[in-house]
Amino acid sequence: MAVEFDGGVVIAADSRTSAGTYIPNRVTDKLTKVTDNIYCCRSGSSADTQAIADIVNYHINFHRMEMGEDPLVKTAAKVFQDLCYNYRDSLSAGIICAGWDRKLGGQVYSIPLGGMCIRQPVTIGGSGSTYLYGHVDATFKENMTKEECLKFCKDAVSLAIMRDGSSGGVIRMAAISEDGVEKHLILHEDITKFYRE
Amino acid sequence: MSSIGTGYDLSASQFSPDGRVFQVEYAQKAVENSGTAIAIRGKDGVVFGVEKLVTSKLYEKGANKRIFNVDRHVGMAVAGLLADARQVVEVARDEASSYRSSYGNPIPLKYLAERVSMYMHAHTLYSMARPFGSSVMIGTYDVDGPQLFLLEPSGISYGYFGCAIGKAQQNGKTEIEKIKMKDMSIRDLVKEVAKIIYLVHDEVKDKTFELELSWVGEQTEGRHELVPPEVFSDAEKYAKEAMEESDGSDDDEL
Repeated sequence: MAVEFDGGVVIAADSRTSAGTYIPNRVTDKLTKVTDNIYCCRSGSSADTQAIADIVNYHINFHRMEMGEDPLVKTAAKVFQDLCYNYRDSLSAGIICAGWDRKLGGQVYSIPLGGMCIRQPVTIGGSGSTYLYGHVDATFKENMTKEECLKFCKDAVSLAIMRDGSSGGVIRMAAISEDGVEKHLILHEDITKFYRE
Repeated sequence: MSSIGTGYDLSASQFSPDGRVFQVEYAQKAVENSGTAIAIRGKDGVVFGVEKLVTSKLYEKGANKRIFNVDRHVGMAVAGLLADARQVVEVARDEASSYRSSYGNPIPLKYLAERVSMYMHAHTLYSMARPFGSSVMIGTYDVDGPQLFLLEPSGISYGYFGCAIGKAQQNGKTEIEKIKMKDMSIRDLVKEVAKIIYLVHDEVKDKTFELELSWVGEQTEGRHELVPPEVFSDAEKYAKEAMEESDGSDDDEL
């Protein structure tokens, strides 16, 4: 998931990678770097999303060299969309592209299954997200601070981990702003508990 | 001309012994035969002005325009062979639209200038081609402020505060240098541009002309468009009055 705040974005994800009932990696980093200030959250097929992220990374870095300045978040999102839309029949990839640029500040773009691209103040994706819509609708407020966003993301991903069988492990979060990326790791024992033991 | 009869001017791909490419120089001459076009970059935008010479009374009013929209945010004013210039316009439009569809944002002017000038330069390299007989000025306005570039037949492109191309490019440049464009708004500059076009127009050699004025800036919300009719008539009036005043002062001196 990803949330915009004034001056940046917070992105978050669980860390489970599954192959059927087997978990090849329980500490995956699904927050993938595109440039220093643009990241993406990958969901769907690992193989597909890793390949897409690599290709976008190539295109965006080429673009940066050609233009002589840092690419915009919207530009990266558009390149993700082009790949996801053109190969929509063969891909299984739900991507959230988020980051900071000097023109529009913190931005979140959601590129779901069919290859749509839309900017949203908050977005959720992946299998666990189905459990979260009500919580996000009820809890999300406009103009939250970075700290409020981190708490909001931590709670949401915690809920997904508790209910969704395909989500689990630790919570990885990152706050991206003009100053760069600030990474957070919430161990499984520290995830928010919404039930009485 | 030193080039004539030497045989070094037959191809765009051959140097002369002193290191010149005559075909490119001829192309620059072609630009100097056309009506003047000027552009000035002010503090909040860019203004274009064109002296469009009317060579026949039979033309409809407004025929053969020399100011173009390349994209919503980019304007282009041209001088030289109009047919050549139109091809440059088309290439620029293709570049702008392809950038938009690939990256979802308007094309940065610096990049557009680079791409179009590379295209113009390619036509100076091969014996099958001839260089473009036209120079073009492109301008835009965005959050980084106004920008203005001049692209020449040689494929060179530079950023400018003001430029003039065509018949009166020398006079035009001299007049532009007198203006403090960095502190002026395009609302004031449009008048100065009209005045310069009227000033450099040669009534004796070229009888009639149509004035074309366009701008892109803060008040057009970053869109390039022809100036509205009332702004146009204000500017034209200001230019004509300035001309009458200068005519008067000339008489005094005599």
